[in-house]
Amino acid sequence: MSASIIVGLDGSEASGRAADAAADAARHHHLRLVLACVVPWSPYAFTSAEENERRSIEKEREARAARERVLDPALARLSASSDVEMEGVVRHGHPAETLVSLAREHDAVWIIVGRIGQSRVRTLLFGSTPSSLIQLSPVPVLVVP
Amino acid sequence: MTSSVNVLAASFDEQVDNVFAPISEVITGIVFFAVPLDFIDEGVELPLIVVWLVVAGIFFTIYLRGFQFRAFGHAIKLVKGDYNDPEDAGEVTHFQALATAVSGTVGLGNIAGVAVAISLGGPGATLWMIVAGLVGMCTKGVECTLGVKYRNVYPDGRVSGGPMYYLSKGLAEKGMGTLGKVLAIAFCIFTLGGAVGGGNMFQSNQAFSQARSVTGGEDGLLGFGAAGAVFGLVLALLVGAVIIGGIRSIARVTDKIVPFMAVFYVVACLAVLVANLSEVPGALGEIVTEAFSPEAGLGGIVGVLIQGFRRAAFSNEAGLGSAAIAHSAVKTHEPATEGHVAVLEPFVDTVVICTMTALAIVITGTYADDSSAPGVQTTSAAFETVASWFPYVLALAVVLFAYSTMLAWSYYGLKAATYLFGESMVVDRTWKVIFCVFVVIGASSTLDAVIGFSDSMIFAMSLANIIGLYIMAGVVKRELFGYRKRLAEGKVLPLAERGVTQPAAGGSTAASTGLDGTNPTPPPTADPR
Repeated sequence: MSASIIVGLDGSEASGRAADAAADAARHHHLRLVLACVVPWSPYAFTSAEENERRSIEKEREARAARERVLDPALARLSASSDVEMEGVVRHGHPAETLVSLAREHDAVWIIVGRIGQSRVRTLLFGSTPSSLIQLSPVPVLVVP
Repeated sequence: MTSSVNVLAASFDEQVDNVFAPISEVITGIVFFAVPLDFIDEGVELPLIVVWLVVAGIFFTIYLRGFQFRAFGHAIKLVKGDYNDPEDAGEVTHFQALATAVSGTVGLGNIAGVAVAISLGGPGATLWMIVAGLVGMCTKGVECTLGVKYRNVYPDGRVSGGPMYYLSKGLAEKGMGTLGKVLAIAFCIFTLGGAVGGGNMFQSNQAFSQARSVTGGEDGLLGFGAAGAVFGLVLALLVGAVIIGGIRSIARVTDKIVPFMAVFYVVACLAVLVANLSEVPGALGEIVTEAFSPEAGLGGIVGVLIQGFRRAAFSNEAGLGSAAIAHSAVKTHEPATEGHVAVLEPFVDTVVICTMTALAIVITGTYADDSSAPGVQTTSAAFETVASWFPYVLALAVVLFAYSTMLAWSYYGLKAATYLFGESMVVDRTWKVIFCVFVVIGASSTLDAVIGFSDSMIFAMSLANIIGLYIMAGVVKRELFGYRKRLAEGKVLPLAERGVTQPAAGGSTAASTGLDGTNPTPPPTADPR
């Protein structure tokens, strides 16, 4: 497997700019592009019995929504303007940790993300994906404003 | 005018009680049929249902060679997620299945039930309660292994299990299909009763009792005649908002608060112990010596033992089959893994939380006070020895535990109702409305009537369930021992030791989440999930 660039997408404008920057870099350095959309999920979250009963259905629904709303439009947009080899991945998990494990699996040389995700309040309370990535990542992280 | 309203209101709670008490008495008489043990001591009675539960626990502990103790370490690793498959991210984890089950079991049995046991049986009941908890861990492991093994996966992808499924499917495999069906139906009927009894009325009754006592008792805010009904109505609306109205945000909030409340409750009990530190050694001595109370004779021992075992069973629900419903939704290819994890549930519920309550009550000596009915107020009095505001903390814990237990049991009841009457909107709504009505009835009745009914219906569930467990004992043994053998041989490895097991390119992409209709590699044991 050739080296790649992982770009984290969450549907925000900043993550769209991150994808553009990643596509540019991939073309320049002849790298694969892996567009990753992580559905925030924790194995330790508390759930009710009813939620558990429907969890498999919900997981598929969330994954499908991520693919249809975030990944597919981005893939369509980027592949129209460049001939870089690219693929989309949907995962459930902690966003930063999951991007890091994807980076390992895909032999990534960079992880690229947008600076502002979905909510400023969440960022304030729980820290942002970029700042956790900087702590966790084994490869350089590029944060796009 | 006001006084006539008051009389009218006062008579409402009384009327509810008058109708309910005789019904409760009849049912209690049947389920708690007791053998008089006059040859040991005058007046000592042995309720057969308690023998039924304890014998099952002891049988499985011996038959599975102390499985619950050997399983403990591995269970903790499973809950921590050491064995979670990355492919399964987004599904129900062992931690979540356990947490859901625990929030259903940790309820007023842990606060009020323990107080009842010690008030009636003395400090010695604590020791027997712990013994019953340790034995119950094994029964729970057995139930939950079967719950996962025979669970139902519906065409739309929902997953649910429980005794009704393992009784009907598991016994059919043994050529006892008819018996299985009968037991499954009996189990469901008793579950409906248990859900409105112990899972609902007992909870709302004790929540009201504590709310009234912290707001000034008979003369306080909730002292008026119909206060029980009003309190019940508010609680019923809150329950209804979640289960009928589908307002998930309320349930989501309580789901998150309850586990912290449980930890907080244990810390509060420890505070009671610290505040009364000098009494601790004496109390511990009392618990052990009175458990075998030589001065009270054999009759005394049996009486204490029954109280301890009875309240422990009510609290941790081992042998009743209810938890198997909550545990069954876990994502695993090995039913035995949930059997391991399930042993932690009675441990947390009884060996840790019930014991904490018991220590607080025994050390402060509040169980000896006859001025109020034994129940949550006994525990409240113990809490008051630390600070005057401590009973408010308890009241909050009581209401939250009661609420989360009610939500859990409304689900167990719903599963029983849909098994009996089929899956339909009518069944769903009818059950949920009935459930809410019983919240009000529970808050307006006296404790005796409620406890009698709650106990009998909840314990009746064990009749059908445990017969099935005995018949399927061999199946469980094969599952559990087979898994432990594979574990010992290194065929089941934690994630960190699996070496290069990187998922195929793309990882958990749409393909491997099953979106394209293909399934990832089928699991070793037959399980459609």
